[in-house]
Amino acid sequence: MSTDARRLDPVDVVIVGGGWAGSIMAKEMTEAGRSVVVLERGPDRGTASDGAYPASIDELEGNFRYKLFQDLSKHTVTIRNNSRQVALPYRRMAAFLPGEGVGGAGLHWSGVHFRMPPDDLRLRTRVIEKYGTKFIPEGMNLQDYGVTYEELEPFFDRAEKVFGTSGEPYRVNGEVVGKGNVFSPSRSDHFPLPALKDVYTAHLFRKSAEEAGFHPYSLPAANASRQYVNPYGAQMGPCNFCGYCSGYACYMYSKASPNVNILPVLRRHPLFELRASCNVLKVELDSDGRRATGVTYADAEGNTVTQPAELVILSAFQFHNVRLMLLSGIGRPYDPARNEGVVGRNFVYQNVTTSTVWLDPKVETNQYVGTGGGGVAFDDFNSENFDHGPLGFVGGSPVWVNQAGVKAIAAAQSGGPPGTPRWGSAWKAGMIDTYRHSLRIDAHGANMAYRDVYLDLDPTWKDDHGQPLLRMTFDWKDNDICMNRYVVDKIGDVAKAMGARQVHLTRREFGKPFDTRHYQTTHLGGGAVMGTDPGTSALNRYLQSWDVHNVFVIGANAFPQGTGYNPTGMVAALAYWAAHHIRTTYLAHPGPLAG
Amino acid sequence: MQGLASAAACSTVLTSSGRAGPAGRTPYSPRFFDAAEWAFLVAACDRLIPADANGPGAVALDVPRFIDRQMDTPYAHGEQWYMSGPFVQGPDNLGYQLPYAPRDLYRHGIAGMNAHAATRHGRPFASLAPAVQDGLLQAAEKGSLVFGDIPSAVFFDQLLANVMEGAFSDPIHGGNTGLGGWTMLGFPGARADFMDWVDQYGAHYPLGSVSISGERA
Repeated sequence: MSTDARRLDPVDVVIVGGGWAGSIMAKEMTEAGRSVVVLERGPDRGTASDGAYPASIDELEGNFRYKLFQDLSKHTVTIRNNSRQVALPYRRMAAFLPGEGVGGAGLHWSGVHFRMPPDDLRLRTRVIEKYGTKFIPEGMNLQDYGVTYEELEPFFDRAEKVFGTSGEPYRVNGEVVGKGNVFSPSRSDHFPLPALKDVYTAHLFRKSAEEAGFHPYSLPAANASRQYVNPYGAQMGPCNFCGYCSGYACYMYSKASPNVNILPVLRRHPLFELRASCNVLKVELDSDGRRATGVTYADAEGNTVTQPAELVILSAFQFHNVRLMLLSGIGRPYDPARNEGVVGRNFVYQNVTTSTVWLDPKVETNQYVGTGGGGVAFDDFNSENFDHGPLGFVGGSPVWVNQAGVKAIAAAQSGGPPGTPRWGSAWKAGMIDTYRHSLRIDAHGANMAYRDVYLDLDPTWKDDHGQPLLRMTFDWKDNDICMNRYVVDKIGDVAKAMGARQVHLTRREFGKPFDTRHYQTTHLGGGAVMGTDPGTSALNRYLQSWDVHNVFVIGANAFPQGTGYNPTGMVAALAYWAAHHIRTTYLAHPGPLAG
Repeated sequence: MQGLASAAACSTVLTSSGRAGPAGRTPYSPRFFDAAEWAFLVAACDRLIPADANGPGAVALDVPRFIDRQMDTPYAHGEQWYMSGPFVQGPDNLGYQLPYAPRDLYRHGIAGMNAHAATRHGRPFASLAPAVQDGLLQAAEKGSLVFGDIPSAVFFDQLLANVMEGAFSDPIHGGNTGLGGWTMLGFPGARADFMDWVDQYGAHYPLGSVSISGERA
């Protein structure tokens, strides 16, 4: 492929993907005085153009015609539930909605901005300490990240300040300072902005969760509660609860995005170059496969171009990073038969179910009012915050009301209570009642990694460049189903305290396979995970490839198992963590950062 | 938001809640659907969202016009779907695997529904009594009919999804006439500013819906 390619002048750093991770890495590398090229396969995008009010407030274009999302006609994945099946292409958007274009999914995410729980970072060690090795179910590849909360804390703090995150802390430098999440670890500083106001449904949930004996807190949200200027000088406006976060560019400039918080500064930097509509096909390696020499990509006109670079950073969406490693021969591909190899191993998702509560018909829940990251949660059944011993499962789930703004088509399609028809007059009555008087509560759970859940290259289907699609082999396991069912029962307790007229608790069902037809979450993880053992991780604890030292891979692909929290905060912190070690150590002495 | 107040031009005529072709409106000439297909579409829309005490039906909301206009978009040509072969059928939970774009689903699906209606009841769908039409739609929804290699549930789901979109999307796309869908639901549309309503707990929002073009209900 590279033999016919046009060869450009070398740069110091080439970055694949122009979302959060790529923008952070580009900012850090230009600050270090290095020349940077970012290659983004989607179009150039900006808030002023893609988020202009009122044209952007169009639910059909945003959430139903997927204006800002990955172009599935060119590239997609194949999916199957187990390795005995033929995986089939994910032909239409449904279960997950990956982004594309400058800003990536960071342009149209919601804004929930968490720090990873300390126990989740060392979950294998913690479970064994508490319950012994035998507690880990057969086939579960439970692992530690190889990095601690204390090590990451300055980078979580940095990311929150760049994102303009709104929230209420519980403990700062060991002192209790607010009514934040009692289960959260100590912070070195307050959130840069106070928590967003509670919408009505979140307010009700907070009160009832407290009455049920739980510990509710305001979700940390990268939706600015006030006007804000971040450390780069980028400005944000206050969120007005318009309800158009997820799927949209924020016309108020209040939802953090690479396009608002980093790129305006980066685009003016003389060492920075952005090339949109450039689809990276392969990372080029030298003859012994131990060092990357650059990348080869197809540009907007269809030319094949090689960009030589000293350092290659993969920062595309989780599964694109894994696929590019497989296509380039970086790291040993995972072999599920022997549970060996690392690229494709520990593919994970998130275990989300949504329950509905109907209130008195005299009360309006105003579900169109919303903010993507705002809401109220409790963590009493998340992570290791509760005793798993008698329950027999690993992992947990935060529970929350995150009213992001329900719009009209979505309301019509979700319809009335279970049992009502999907159309006709009965549907109409049920749908209107549900829209006006109900609220939704999510169990937003972790998903554990298993030996037979993995990613590899599909033998049959190809993308528009003739390269194999990535193949996902994924299904729910009893561990995750048990966890979900236990936590969803607690939602019943809260709904009772709300004085609900009717409750529909949605639980994951045994024997019901992962269904690609219904939206669940775009929080896919793993596949090229970080760790301290090259036998079970593709990346060392600095997100550096064990095999090719000048390749760093930044994204949720690094998570060894799923977590109950939304991934973006952790991805941003990992980007700053890796960048710090590249800047302080690697650039002066290129080579493996861990041995 | 100031610009929206003055631009409520043609809402008086458009909020008429009558059935197809209320007075003062030029009948719409479909560009994709032929006469028989159009008759099916109008009849089916009328059953899927009927006019009733809760508000206007899909026909008054011009949902058939919305769907006809959608047929001219990249979406309807399958340009947003991965349409590379081979096309292999698998378990339902692995999703849509047919080689047909929305335009094809409509063309084959409507022909199939009309053929079935003719065989079973001696007349095309649009000429049948509403209760009979409901029965046919229910059979299609359940997947008990097959139109060539298109299961009827696939066609039905496509139709129902587009009907919902047409009734509840911004009128800029040709449906939701007079903002009637949003008004019956209680959705304020493109107002998109609730700074002053976040903590008005449980209260009814006092302002009517507004569209992208500034039309108000």
